[in-house]
Amino acid sequence: MIEAIDAGTVNWARATFTLTAMYHWIFVPLTLGLTFLCAFFESIYVRTQNPEWKKLTKFWMTLFAINFAIGVATGIIMEFEFGTHWANYSWMVGDIFGAPLAIEGIVAFFLEATFVTVMLFGWNRVSQRMHLFSTWMVAIGANMSALWILVANGWMQTPVGMVFNPDTARFEMQDLWAIISSPVAISHFAHATSSGFLLASLFVIGISSFYLLKKRHLQFAKRSIAVACVFGLFSSLFVAFTGDEHAYITAREQPMKLAAMEALYDGMVPSGLVAVGLMRPGVEPGGEEDPFYFKVEIPGMLSFLANRRFGSFVPGINDLVYGNEEQNILSVEEKIDRGRMAVARLADYKQAQKNDNEAAAAVALAEFDQHRDYLGYGYLESPEQAVPPVGITFYAFRVMVFLGTFFILLFLVYIYLLEKQQLENRPWVLKVGFFSIFLAYIASQAGWLVTEVGRQPWAIQGLLPVNIATSNLDTTTVAISFFLFLAIFTVLLIAAVKILAKQISLGPEGE
Amino acid sequence: MFGSLDWSTLQQFWWLIVSVVGSLFVLLTFVQGGQTLILTVPKTEAEKNLMVNSLGRKWELTFTTLVLFGGAFYASFPLFYATSFGGAFWVWLAILFTFVLQAVSYEYRRKPNNFLGQKTYEIFMVINGSIGILLIGAAIGTFFTGSNFILSDYNLSRWTHPLRGLEAAFSLFNLSFGIFLVFLARTLGALYLANNLQQDQLVPRLKVSSFNNLLCALPFLLYVLIRLVTMEGFAVDPQTGDIFMQSGKYLNNLLEFPLTLILLLAGLVLVVVGVGLNRFTASVRGIWPAGLGTVLTCLSVFFLAGYNNTSFYPSKYDLGSSLTIYNASSSHYTLTMMSYVALLVPFVLAYIVWVWRQMDTEKLTDAEIAADKKSY
Ligand code: HDD
Ligand code: HEM
Ligand code: HEM
Repeated sequence: MIEAIDAGTVNWARATFTLTAMYHWIFVPLTLGLTFLCAFFESIYVRTQNPEWKKLTKFWMTLFAINFAIGVATGIIMEFEFGTHWANYSWMVGDIFGAPLAIEGIVAFFLEATFVTVMLFGWNRVSQRMHLFSTWMVAIGANMSALWILVANGWMQTPVGMVFNPDTARFEMQDLWAIISSPVAISHFAHATSSGFLLASLFVIGISSFYLLKKRHLQFAKRSIAVACVFGLFSSLFVAFTGDEHAYITAREQPMKLAAMEALYDGMVPSGLVAVGLMRPGVEPGGEEDPFYFKVEIPGMLSFLANRRFGSFVPGINDLVYGNEEQNILSVEEKIDRGRMAVARLADYKQAQKNDNEAAAAVALAEFDQHRDYLGYGYLESPEQAVPPVGITFYAFRVMVFLGTFFILLFLVYIYLLEKQQLENRPWVLKVGFFSIFLAYIASQAGWLVTEVGRQPWAIQGLLPVNIATSNLDTTTVAISFFLFLAIFTVLLIAAVKILAKQISLGPEGE
Repeated sequence: MFGSLDWSTLQQFWWLIVSVVGSLFVLLTFVQGGQTLILTVPKTEAEKNLMVNSLGRKWELTFTTLVLFGGAFYASFPLFYATSFGGAFWVWLAILFTFVLQAVSYEYRRKPNNFLGQKTYEIFMVINGSIGILLIGAAIGTFFTGSNFILSDYNLSRWTHPLRGLEAAFSLFNLSFGIFLVFLARTLGALYLANNLQQDQLVPRLKVSSFNNLLCALPFLLYVLIRLVTMEGFAVDPQTGDIFMQSGKYLNNLLEFPLTLILLLAGLVLVVVGVGLNRFTASVRGIWPAGLGTVLTCLSVFFLAGYNNTSFYPSKYDLGSSLTIYNASSSHYTLTMMSYVALLVPFVLAYIVWVWRQMDTEKLTDAEIAADKKSY
């Protein structure tokens, strides 16, 4: 038997992963977008040969470098954490999951690492064109790394292109291309990178607004805002578009996550979209209580978003847990039964092989094959365990979408005011602009909470629950590692923020 | 092309790739070695800044090579990844922490308002260059001395020592290996800096330093080599896949697979030649032969551990659980696909060399550092 690991260990390992991933994701989106903005700024400089643009480029690159260093520091932990904290996972799916990580190193990280030195220190060492080229390469490299890691993550959300090998007791890759071109991965990539562009645009706009409020570096600030507004507007529209696209895919591939995102317990024809709502805490699946204290619903909208048809059926949590014959949905209980059969037959197969009993092995294998698709369910303890935490998923999704809509408006307002030469005279807009830096980070983190919390209890959707994916460690060890990470990353975060704040207050004249 | 190769050939090919990446990493630890030299070599703040900035233009490369080494091992030998990282938990975390600290140190060291103070970031660099490298060495040492783990029928691993990997540092062999790597890194760091800098006081001191550090490395190297050729090794029966202890296993490997012996000897000679060049002639180009020598020596160490029916990650707790390149690898399909991806590696190396050459045509001087407000 593959033993389920102590729940304490699993939860600490999850907490540790959440902590490190969320820290990593503080720095990554800014890198994704700011590298492109720097490339735009530098391109304008090279075209106009105006030294003011060079100064501007160098200022934003300084901020980029401070952010980049800690982004890299948090990144290396993520990579090795799959081994240290998720060792069983690393064996059971390493045949597939390791590939994108290795590819990422070869095609993306080296681009970044090689050209970032030129970008920061090559101003007088290489030609102007070579320098510009390097800046673009850093931007492309950073976003390529996003591609590969999101291919990996996309595969965890919706596994494709592999088969379980009972002899090695692991999943093995069958089709690399299917994994790379999986719609889930592509959609993740499109949404996550563009949300990074959006965040970086707000970062540039926010800091520039701060200068305008302080009546410092006016020309510099307006130039930065002009470029960032346009980039931000396009990105934010794309973010909304790809977000909607992603939800459509999720409705198909991870219906339980969608139900949690919407806190939809009983599926309906048609299903409405909750625009705002306050959830009743402690609602259990299968209960009679209304999950909401109150809600404002747009009728039929969820059906439309999920299936592109008003009046279509969207399964709720109860349908998915307890089954719904009308809609042909198998209950989790049934899946668990089949999964346990698969687990037992796999054990028989192993035993028969050990005893060199080929006939028995063949019989066990044939029966295993009938139920293999449900193997992962065999490790769940109860049907209710298949439900992710609904509250976090629901609210995080609302926060992200609400802010995403708001940002579109904000970019439009900025463009309008800039065009009318009125931006300096609207201090409250500038204040909102400055404050939006933080909102962007909140939206971005919320996005990952939806994605990852909504995937629970699965490490690999439908195949591998988290409670058998961790390393064989005792709870104390994992808990200590959590606090070590917390301490180190927090200290470094404080350092990064203080240095950034200082550089911002010095301003571009510090060049 | 690769798909028609049989599985064991692919497994051997991937051990080669992992060996090459690992050896390049050891070469690039000149950055770590250089970081520890800031304690002993510079006499003034300006000299220290010059050294740090020279290393600072390369640290990302070393770091990324470590990341790639991890990624390549994950993709090609996932059972090693799972067993070693999840088992020897504290060693790996300790190593990683030193790299986390290093990653911010260059950028934050002299930035105003940096919270921890310049001194702290320099200590981070020294920790990374000493403890970080020492532990990496000890971890590589376990390729020969074995570890404490057991695999279940499902290939899931359990570590059987409460220190979770740190026990590796209590073996004289592993420890010597680690200390050797630290001094080797310092040697390489001094050679690299001597070649990269234009500074009349500092460079002569660096040239002497590389020699002294090699002298310090020698006793540990000798001990490692003597033990290696005399110790019992973890052999694999090619027919059954069973693991057993064989006396003189690594000596046998050297003799039965003479390429390893040639690489080892040639590598060591080249390192000595490089250091000698810097010590006894006016040349500052010793880094090239010594660098090549380092790569060759490391290749031979990896070959010794993995090829010729040897277990590269043996378990002393349960011999049967030991990992070989045949039982720890990815599937035939994955290795095939990754082999196609690996065709990109020469291309990556080429642009790194191209960029590096453009950046390093002129040597780094005090004047350049002083003029650049953004220097490290
Ligand atoms: C500034 C950040 C930001 C903003 C404004 C938005 N998102 Fe987002 N969203 C993310 C940042 C993000 C993210 C952090 O980048 C995620 C997490 C994983 C991913 O690929 O992107 C994400 C995931 C994510 C998912 C995937 C959930 C899953 O895995 O099933 C959906 C359905 C949406 N978003 C939908 C939207 C919609 C409809 C938005 C409307 C405007 C929106 N997002 C704005
Ligand atoms: C960088 C932004 C990311 C954030 C903020 C994030 C957040 C989270 C959160 C909140 C959890 C725990 C959920 C829970 O236990 O309730 C989690 C778990 C996990 N995530 Fe992510 N994640 C990120 C990216 C990724 C990526 C790109 C991958 C894969 C390549 C990944 C793989 C995992 C794994 C393996 C776990 C642990 C297993 C599990 O709990 O499902 N994460 N992450
Ligand atoms: C579990 C998931 C992840 C792992 C294992 C991981 C791993 C790493 C590693 C090892 C580095 C350092 C690379 C170097 O040496 O330069 C890094 C940096 C980076 N990663 Fe991640 N990463 C993860 C999640 C993500 C996600 C979700 C994205 C983007 C969508 C991303 C984008 C980047 C970028 C742009 C960098 C460059 C440094 C920076 O943050 O500024 N990573 N990552």
